[in-house]
Amino acid sequence: MNKNILIPIYLTVFYLTSCISQENPPELKTPDQTKYSTVTVVEGIEIPWGMDFISKNELLVTEKKGKVYRVLNGEKTEVSGLPEIYQRGQGGLLDIALHPDFSKNKIIYFTAGVNVEGDEGGNTALYSAELNDYSLSNVKLLYKATPNTKKGQHWGSRIVFDDQGHLFFGIGDRGNRDVNPQDLKRDGGKIYRLNLDGSIPEDNPFVNEEGAIKAVYSYGHRNPQGMTVHPETGEIWENEHGPKGGDEINIIQKGKNFGWPVITYGINYSGTSITDKTAMPGMEQPFYYWVPSIAPSGMAFSSSKVYKGWKGDLFVGSLKFKYLERLVMKRGKVVKREKVLNDIGRVRNVKEGPDGHLYLGVEGKGILKVIEN
Amino acid sequence: MKLLFAWIFVVALLQGVALYQDKPLEKSIADGEEIYQDFCLQCHLDSGDGVSGVFPPLAKSDYLLNNIDLSIKGIKYGLSGPIVVNGEKYDGLMQNQGLENQEIADVMNYILNNWGNQSDEIITSDRVAAVKE
Repeated sequence: MNKNILIPIYLTVFYLTSCISQENPPELKTPDQTKYSTVTVVEGIEIPWGMDFISKNELLVTEKKGKVYRVLNGEKTEVSGLPEIYQRGQGGLLDIALHPDFSKNKIIYFTAGVNVEGDEGGNTALYSAELNDYSLSNVKLLYKATPNTKKGQHWGSRIVFDDQGHLFFGIGDRGNRDVNPQDLKRDGGKIYRLNLDGSIPEDNPFVNEEGAIKAVYSYGHRNPQGMTVHPETGEIWENEHGPKGGDEINIIQKGKNFGWPVITYGINYSGTSITDKTAMPGMEQPFYYWVPSIAPSGMAFSSSKVYKGWKGDLFVGSLKFKYLERLVMKRGKVVKREKVLNDIGRVRNVKEGPDGHLYLGVEGKGILKVIEN
Repeated sequence: MKLLFAWIFVVALLQGVALYQDKPLEKSIADGEEIYQDFCLQCHLDSGDGVSGVFPPLAKSDYLLNNIDLSIKGIKYGLSGPIVVNGEKYDGLMQNQGLENQEIADVMNYILNNWGNQSDEIITSDRVAAVKE
């Protein structure tokens, strides 16, 4: 056989494998799409950023442009009493969460872009308030990131709680990646930890570091838009948007540096390089990273037996490709990725409800409940 | 002397106002490029080509070039529902970005004069202010 014939074949194989290797494994599979569908819980919400459940039939939903709805059996009523929201670019009213003792104290938390200083621009803030029927009272500003900026990018944000009386929330790098995320003296690109009354826990990692922001729990983040607590280990899991490529899932750890923008698996939107480093001593590797980017938002574990074979799996919304991603893990590694509900719309938020079902915030639609057919 | 200072002050102020109202096109386009990088590029891309069927193109976009006030309105108040751009249907949601009128004028001037687009119209903040929801 003429060996020259083989050369184009070798080249073709090399070309194909080099293309495939550009996607970070495991390869995304698209199984039978008729097994799962959705029912609408509430509709007519443009960007349903955050949600939390008051009971099985009642929930609070935030709309990014600055509204909170209380939804009972599919009927939404606007809640009054919000502070003035600064809506610009990716910022506005963001996440909402009930206090772990909400049934007794009626306290809720929310994050939002605001300007309380009267200068130009805005930055992410955390508030608490008391919710009675359809109005907020006793609204308290618990944390406000500074300085304000007119940049449109990377405000975060999600709110979660551990079982030791702490609240965690994230703020993105606010479009200032070379300045904010690696500097402990500056806000942005951080996960923060507070006590439930807004005070700083005495054992926060940087309380004794001079000039450091005491509320910081971890740093080197780009734009955290998904956070959830692992139902068994209690760990705080987070996902964040990378640039072009390099979206990440991280398991948040006290005082750790998650590397942005010194290390990343992504490149600039323009295609130019940010750094040639994907790892450095003293910087954490992501638990998983997406190349290409899916634009992850929202994240939840399935901890119930409502869906066959999903218990323990992680679910992440894709804004960019408009589907729900299921990640199956074994021994601390992602071994399988699946598209669930392909082409459903920009999935902004994913939560597990008190009934064990998964609930999605989908842009231009509202809140949808995932059901197995 | 005092009068002279007052006079200089008034002239300077008037000039400032005049300059503000008639921002030179090149300056507006340059400022608009910054706004574009910050608020628009993620969806419409550096090339202005968007993503076929998902994010409409701005480069050589018939919708943009033939519907200037509608385009301003979309940036100012958000745009949803079906539109047809260069023969292709789009049914997405563009949220209002919270931009000021001058910033909207600047980014309009940038997208109207980039990627081979050409427009005889210079968008001013007054024109943006006149566009109602």
